[in-house]
Amino acid sequence: MDNVRETVLNILTDLTGSDEVKTNPDMDLFESGLLDSMGTVQLLLELQSQLGVDAPVSEFDRTEWATPNKIVAKVESMQ
Amino acid sequence: MINLQPYENPMYFGYLLIGLIPVIIGMLFEKRFRWYETIFSLFFLILIFDGPKVAQGIALIGYTIFELCVAFAYFHYRTNDHSKNKTWVFYLAVILAIVPLVIVKFTPLFDPQHPSIFGFLGISYLTFKVVGIVMETRDGSIKSLSIMKFLQFLLFFPTISSGPIDRYRRFIKDYDRVPTRAQYLTLLDKGVHNIMLGFLYKFVLGYLFGTMLLPNFEHLAMLSRNNFLGISWPLVGVMYAYSLYLFFDFAGYSLFAVGVSYIMGIETPINFNKPFLSWNIKEFWNRWHMTLSFWFRDYIYMRFVFFMMKHKILKSRIAMANLGYLVLFLVMGIWHGETWYYIVYGLFHATVMILTDAWLRLKKRHKNWFPSNKFTHVMAVIMTANMVCFSFLIFSGFLDRLWFIGR
Repeated sequence: MDNVRETVLNILTDLTGSDEVKTNPDMDLFESGLLDSMGTVQLLLELQSQLGVDAPVSEFDRTEWATPNKIVAKVESMQ
Repeated sequence: MINLQPYENPMYFGYLLIGLIPVIIGMLFEKRFRWYETIFSLFFLILIFDGPKVAQGIALIGYTIFELCVAFAYFHYRTNDHSKNKTWVFYLAVILAIVPLVIVKFTPLFDPQHPSIFGFLGISYLTFKVVGIVMETRDGSIKSLSIMKFLQFLLFFPTISSGPIDRYRRFIKDYDRVPTRAQYLTLLDKGVHNIMLGFLYKFVLGYLFGTMLLPNFEHLAMLSRNNFLGISWPLVGVMYAYSLYLFFDFAGYSLFAVGVSYIMGIETPINFNKPFLSWNIKEFWNRWHMTLSFWFRDYIYMRFVFFMMKHKILKSRIAMANLGYLVLFLVMGIWHGETWYYIVYGLFHATVMILTDAWLRLKKRHKNWFPSNKFTHVMAVIMTANMVCFSFLIFSGFLDRLWFIGR
C-alpha cells in the first residue's frame, strides 16, 4: 500500500514541479494552479503505465481528485 | 394555442409557479409524483414548441427519436458480453450524434435566408448531453441506461433551451432519490433565492445594460465609425455595456434554470461563479458558462490531448497542450456560428490561453522574480476582466457592423 502512495506522490511531484504535494498532501491541486487539464491527462497516463490503473477521463471528477491524499485514495480503490 | 418561451415573461413564471405547487407539496412529504412531473414537463415543452413554433416541436420529436436510437444502439453494442469495443464504432456513434447539429449549424452558410428545418431551440445543449452519454458509455462509466431516464434527462424542461448542461450519471442520481424534508427545505430555499437573484440579473441589470445603455453607446459609436478602426469612447462603452449585458442576461437565465431544477429536487450544476473576479484566463473559463466550458474541457480538450500524448503525436507536451487549446476554441467559435467574429473570438481566447500557460511556466521556473501580493492580484483581476470584455466586443458582432455593414 505504501508503495502506491509513494509512486503517486512521486508522479505528482514530477508533474507539479513542487515538493508541496508531499509536505502538504491535503492542498487543493487545482485551486492552487499546480494541476490543470494537461497535468491531469499526464497523471492518468502515468497511473496507467506505472501502476496499471486504468482511469478513464469520464471517471475524473475534479472534486474527487482534488488533493494528493484524495488521489492516493482513488488510486488505491481502483487497484 | 399559446406559445411561451422559457423565463421570458410574467405569464411563464405564473404557470411555472402553479405547476410547481404539487411538486413542492409532494417533496415536503418526501414523495416524488413522477407521473405528475412528467405531465408537467410535457406541458412546458408544449408551451415552448407550440403555435408558431410547431415546426420546431416536430423537429425536436424527430431529433429525440434519432438520438435515442444512436445512444441505445451504441450502449447495447458496448455493454453486451461479446463486445469488441471497436474504436470506429465509437467514432461512428459520436458522428451520428452530432450530425443533426452540424446540419443545423452549417445550413445558414449555404442558405442564409432560411434556418434549417431540422433546427429547434436547444439542439446544441441536447447534443452535448447525448455526446456525453456516448463517451461515458465508451469509457465503461455508464453501466445502465433506461429509455425513460434518458428522456427525462435529455428533455428536462428547466434547462432544455440553454443549459446548464448536466451529466447523465449526476442527473440520474438526483432523479432516483427523494431528498429528506430537511434537505428539500434547503434546496427549496436555494431555489427560490436563485430565482429572485435571476430576476435582478436578467430583468433589472440585464435590461439596464442591454436595453437602456447599449443601443445608445452603439448609436454614438456608429457616428464615429470614420475614426481609425472606428475607435472612440462610445465604442469602449459598447464593450463594457455589452459584456455586462451578456453576463447578467445569461447568468440570470441560468439562475432561473438552476432554481427551478432545485425546486424539482435536481441539483443542476451552476453556470457562473463570479467570472469577472478571475485572476487569469484559465480561471475565467472555470467560472464563465461553466457547464459548457467543462463539457469542452472534458469531452474535447482532455480526450484530444490524451489521444495525442498516448500516441506521441507531437514531441513536446507544451505543443500538444497548445494545439489542444486551438482545437477547443476553434470548435467553440465555429459552434457559435460561421462568422469571422466568432472564429476570431475563438482564436483570441486560444492565443491568450497559450500565452497564459507560457507566463505561468515562467513564473514557476523563477519563483523569486515576480512579487505576488494583494496588489498584483488586483491588477491581474483588472487585466483579465478587461481582456475578457475585449473578447466579448469581438463576440458581439458589433465590429462587423461598425467596420463593414453598409459601407
